[in-house]
Amino acid sequence: MKFRIYRYNPETDAAPFMQDYEVEIAQGMLLDALILIKEQDDSLSLRKSCREGVCGSDAMNINGRNGLACITPLSILKEPVELRPLPGLPVIRDLIVDMTQFFKQYHSIKPYLVNNDPPPETERLQSPAQREHLNGLYECILCGCCSTSCPSFWWNPDKFVGPAGLLQAYRFIADTRDQATSERLDDLEDPYRLFRCHTIMNCVDVCPKELNPTEAIGHIKDMMVRRLV
Amino acid sequence: MVSRVVVGAHYGLKDWLIQRVTAGVMALGGASLAVYLAFHPHLGYAGWAALFSSGPVRTFSLLFLVCLYYHAWIGVRDIAMDYIKLVWLRFLIHVLVILTLIVYAIWSFQILWGL
Repeated sequence: MKFRIYRYNPETDAAPFMQDYEVEIAQGMLLDALILIKEQDDSLSLRKSCREGVCGSDAMNINGRNGLACITPLSILKEPVELRPLPGLPVIRDLIVDMTQFFKQYHSIKPYLVNNDPPPETERLQSPAQREHLNGLYECILCGCCSTSCPSFWWNPDKFVGPAGLLQAYRFIADTRDQATSERLDDLEDPYRLFRCHTIMNCVDVCPKELNPTEAIGHIKDMMVRRLV
Repeated sequence: MVSRVVVGAHYGLKDWLIQRVTAGVMALGGASLAVYLAFHPHLGYAGWAALFSSGPVRTFSLLFLVCLYYHAWIGVRDIAMDYIKLVWLRFLIHVLVILTLIVYAIWSFQILWGL
């Protein structure tokens, strides 16, 4: 199979360039092919870890669409397979990007339960119906595919939380054990932090876990409206 | 002055909601006009003048236009917020757009009640 891979080493290269590779592989996942390529050329840099779509470290732009190399079957890819780093973030080297800005936004939504009651003997309990609301939210692996495919995040990565962060914001707003709902809504009621979302829905299109950040953002807006009127 | 990124102007929801409401008013206005035109084809000068001599038509037309201007303001402001990074330039564009739209609103009033 033929591959064209983005190469850039800021220490030695004046500008990024595309390098062609060819490996003998017909089936399996894209990551399998990348590991073979790395045997050919060990200067190629990429992140990988669990190789089963759980850690979210091998997110990259595959033939123009963000996804995880480890769960993208080679059989669906058109040749030559063009691989680039996630768009919109600074490149550290080859397919590795600096995700500082992404995690800064994630941390800004306080991604933890805020509950000032004294901890009970066992867990803080929820009814099955209350727990149901967290489905489709807690599964996010923070791979960054969604936020880096979002034009609003490209234009304002320092001010717009981005789909991944907003999905997690709603995960805690929807949680009946959390006591900071009002503060969380206050924090997002801002023309930049939430309302840069123009419902483009690239996030929904690329999410490798098939989650729906746009729907979560809609739910946050609904709650803000309910609070207002 | 420090160059820290600051956010927290609490008007995101209000503008987003107003954008939706004004869109609703414009959709209603546009649909009403389309229905009227379907029932009154070949409308000449006399027909248009008669239509706009009615108080409710003038009032609703003004409401439609005010909604259009407010909707346009939020839309243009959104574009400026997305693409224009220089704060002074963004501010200048905001001011120019607001002033232009206010002039348009006054002008619309003059046109509708000057017929």
